[in-house]
Amino acid sequence: MNIELLSQYLVAGVTYGTIYAIVAIGFNIIYNATGIINFAQGEFVMLGGMIAVSLHAFLPLPAAILAAVLTAMVIGALIEVIFIRWLVSPSVLRMIIITIGISIIIREAALHIWGEAVRALPYFTGSEITVISIGDVHISPQVLWVTGISAVMVALLTFFFNYTLPGRQMRACAANQDAARLCGISAKNMVTLSFVLSAGIGALAGCVVSPITYVQYDSGTALAIKGFTVAILGGLGNSTAAIAAGLILGILESFSVWVMPTAFKDVVSISILLLILFVRPSGIFGSVEASRLKEF
Amino acid sequence: MRSRHVPVLLFSAVVIATQLLAVMLGRPQYLTQLTMTGYYSLVIIGLCMLIGYAGQISLGHAGFFAIGGYVSAFLTTFDLMSFKGNRLVGLFSNAGLLVTVQDLYGGDALVFHPWIACLAAVLVTILIAYVIGGPVLKLKGHYLAMATLGFGTIVYKIVLGTAFLGAADGLSDIPGFRLLPSLEVSGKAPARIQNYYIAWGMVALGMLLLTNLIHSRVGRALRSIHSAEDAANAMGVNTGKYKLHLFVLSAVFAAVGGVFLTHYNGGIGPSEASIMKSVRYVAIVAIGGMANLWGALSMGIILNFLSLRGYFGSYDDAVFGVILILIMLFAPEGLLRREVFRGAKKWISGRGKVEGQKA
Repeated sequence: MNIELLSQYLVAGVTYGTIYAIVAIGFNIIYNATGIINFAQGEFVMLGGMIAVSLHAFLPLPAAILAAVLTAMVIGALIEVIFIRWLVSPSVLRMIIITIGISIIIREAALHIWGEAVRALPYFTGSEITVISIGDVHISPQVLWVTGISAVMVALLTFFFNYTLPGRQMRACAANQDAARLCGISAKNMVTLSFVLSAGIGALAGCVVSPITYVQYDSGTALAIKGFTVAILGGLGNSTAAIAAGLILGILESFSVWVMPTAFKDVVSISILLLILFVRPSGIFGSVEASRLKEF
Repeated sequence: MRSRHVPVLLFSAVVIATQLLAVMLGRPQYLTQLTMTGYYSLVIIGLCMLIGYAGQISLGHAGFFAIGGYVSAFLTTFDLMSFKGNRLVGLFSNAGLLVTVQDLYGGDALVFHPWIACLAAVLVTILIAYVIGGPVLKLKGHYLAMATLGFGTIVYKIVLGTAFLGAADGLSDIPGFRLLPSLEVSGKAPARIQNYYIAWGMVALGMLLLTNLIHSRVGRALRSIHSAEDAANAMGVNTGKYKLHLFVLSAVFAAVGGVFLTHYNGGIGPSEASIMKSVRYVAIVAIGGMANLWGALSMGIILNFLSLRGYFGSYDDAVFGVILILIMLFAPEGLLRREVFRGAKKWISGRGKVEGQKA
């Protein structure tokens, strides 16, 4: 293997890793607010891509993406209000099954609306064959879009959680719901907000990656499993670590193609998930002491 | 004769009555779907034990079903003729483990006997279930769900990506499974009634086994795990061991269902290993009332039969998704739970007092 090929694999790994990290951040936001894993997170990504593709038929690209993200946010809010808001201290098993049910319904609805066809948005700049060359490394501009938008998104989220009132209220709820409620924060609204946020993030990710990975009615499930792997790898709830973990998984996966057929790419990442769950469920960046207090 | 054996007898009577009814009404084709339903029911009652009695969710049971089916399918179709000189093959042949069958083109093919294949399938399943179950069952909640989901996905991706397992097409032309000289599991139309009884005889046997298990020391230990694992542990119940053994048992139920359905259908495809199948099994157990074997069985019969007959059309998966959500939102204890029956009993006993007292 020469340096050129190596860097090409690296670029592919970073691209996919960034996407996984964004899905993982979506998981983390809802997990922090509610303590549940939203198994329908991957479906938000799929919805974002699908809606944007449909809207792009009569809207310019930026407007289509914006509208798709807003639609996904509304859907996220609706899901929370209809299915989750009014439950009184539901058990974990119950929440798992409900979010799985939601993911099935979204997927089947997508199947009936859009059919089985594979779709994609056009490349944001240039086309499939446009290449930016840095030395021996050739990068599609879309890869820069993916990593760039992800970086902006993470920066905005950091700003939101640290410097704005709703963001800090959400963090307060994550830390201690009862205390937050005593301070006059509506914990229920914060949960809704967390669904809106993670639906929006997922949908934006779906729009950005669809030119590279394409989108289909059932492409959410695989992304959800990868995203969850990354979330666990970085330590559940820790969004900064999720980015590092995403890059690790993306690069590992991309290099696995080297030794194994591409069909087994997913097997590699899921095996990593199982391995982490078995050996170190607190994640590689998580604190073992803190994780003892959580329910594994 | 114990009181808990009465439902099994009643169930057998219903099975026989259904067969007679189907033939009398001139709808013998229904028996085909009912036979398939029977094999799926094996998965469901096994899973019901795991979810309902040990309180452990598994989103990967379709994986075990597929492992059983694929191992048996592979061993009974893979032609060893070209390896005849191989010493190992010679050993198998001398031990009487191999049979010669006619392949598609009329030539002879040397394959494993279905009994051997079935045994191998069960052994492989037990092995995998122990290896996976050990670490997986230490997890709880989301982690357990995701780990089992991950296991199911791995099995699905492997059968989908492996050339000698037929990749996306799966394996086909699988010979029938001759249980006894005159009793064969196969999809041939004349053997329809016979196969119906094989399937439901196995379900009845499974139910007998599991109801006995529930009413034993083991069953009480399992129920204690479900209601309060820590308390059970403190009382000296080896919760880890019980959970693992039950996991393996339910995996074996799924694998046996897979083996028989594969021989009955004469083929198996990767869709049998898909996550949606696993979710469907969980949905049926949830609707039946989690810790309610008869509830899960009856719901499994109704829903699988309707689904196999194609009543749900292209909304097949959506129906299960909607049912899953509705049940979890409004009746998380399931539709067929004891309280509902008790309420019904009271209602009946309010009218016919003597009968109510007896029950």
